[in-house]
Amino acid sequence: MMNTAAIVIDDLLVRRGGVVVIPGLRVCVPAGQVVGLLGPSGSGKSTLMRAVVGVQKIAGGTVTVLGQVAGSPALRSRVGYVTQSPSVYADLTVRANVAYFAGLVGQGSDAVDKALAEVDLSAVADRKVERLSGGQRSRVSLAAALAGDPELLVLDEPTVGLDPVLRRDLWNLFHRLAGAGRSLLVSSHVMDEATRCDRLLLMRDGSLLSDSTPDELLARTGALDAEAAFLHLIDTAADTAEEVV
Amino acid sequence: MNPRLTLLTASRVLQQIRADRRTVALLLIVPCVLMGLLAWVFQDTPVFDQVGPALLGVFPFVVMFIVTSIATLRERTSGTLERLLAGPLGKADLMFGYAIAFGLVAIIQALVATAFAIYVCDLDVAGPVWVLVVIAVLDAVLGTALGLLASAFAHTEFQAVQFMPAFILPQFLLCGLLVARDRLPDVLSTTSDFLPLSYAVDAMSAVASQVEPLGDVGPDLGIIAAWVVAALVLGALTLRRRTD
Repeated sequence: MMNTAAIVIDDLLVRRGGVVVIPGLRVCVPAGQVVGLLGPSGSGKSTLMRAVVGVQKIAGGTVTVLGQVAGSPALRSRVGYVTQSPSVYADLTVRANVAYFAGLVGQGSDAVDKALAEVDLSAVADRKVERLSGGQRSRVSLAAALAGDPELLVLDEPTVGLDPVLRRDLWNLFHRLAGAGRSLLVSSHVMDEATRCDRLLLMRDGSLLSDSTPDELLARTGALDAEAAFLHLIDTAADTAEEVV
Repeated sequence: MNPRLTLLTASRVLQQIRADRRTVALLLIVPCVLMGLLAWVFQDTPVFDQVGPALLGVFPFVVMFIVTSIATLRERTSGTLERLLAGPLGKADLMFGYAIAFGLVAIIQALVATAFAIYVCDLDVAGPVWVLVVIAVLDAVLGTALGLLASAFAHTEFQAVQFMPAFILPQFLLCGLLVARDRLPDVLSTTSDFLPLSYAVDAMSAVASQVEPLGDVGPDLGIIAAWVVAALVLGALTLRRRTD
């Protein structure tokens, strides 16, 4: 499965409430890598991710995941999805949450313990989620996906609100998973996370501004960091648009 | 449908209910308090023996309708519904998982409420008590199934709460408790033939007045069970994996 595509998106068109939010997008996400999806809030990152896991109505185009149409029944236990706001049961314990979601894809208590250790929540495993901090809750949500050991992990802003040490640990975990052949699509609106990705997709207003490795991006734009590169790309795009007019 | 996933979901819902001790207490105590109040209101009259059994069926129906529609709405607003539907859980697994969990709670609720009505409030029924319990449980499952169906149309808490009077009160008015169904105006009488709560009350009334009510109760229970399955299937069909 290495070196093949985890996700292939062709001419994806998404309308929400009559408004076009993704006006025809093409991208190929390679397997076995940590691919970052960066862009400001409202740029369409979450919509794109929802299309990949097959819960977004699409108006046109195709989304192919692990060789099959996104959202098809055979994919549902092979793709892990973590939404931006933690989607877990606040009235259950950490362990009960992770055990339920793991059980749905046929994983037992070993996988649950491993996932809890990976997100550093073993110590609070028997605490109810409603008693946890925001950062802890989002890690419960992440653990619920990790425990299923999916081939593709789609993570919507998994590191928001975490302290730097934990953020580093999670990125290391993402790379370990990629090293073991898993594919990851990770969104963030924090530009300094760009350098931690194997590959970067920059998104704005539902379109891709750039699809390259972090090094290529910096070399091409001559910028010192991802934030500057992003601004450079927006300015260039605006200039090109003016020339066309 | 996958039995393992259905049972896993039922057990998760039960864990949630069990974790909320106050809700458990309310589920068990409120029907008893209402039965007690009713017995007190109709002290020294035969009315309690006539309507008491019917209300033993109506209370769990109403309570389970409300509890279920709120529980599923929470599932929707917390994002867990979307997460579940992105995974391998079938829509029917989710519906029947909820129905099984609340059905088990309903068994306990029906046992407690019926025991209280008979041993504390001296409710006198002609038929066997276990039939009373069976009808009460099926009524509760009916409430759960209709609650699941209604919550598919509710997008906010305000709407979910409004569905209670919209779904339940018309059935209550026409079920024969206030005016016997055959004495209702023709249109209403015919309408009541199509509403599930009418059969719940018919069945309860049969147990109250007949020593061997099974001949009348059987068909009523069949109709209620058909409504339960229809509501669950319809509820599953209205769930959408893909949303806007």
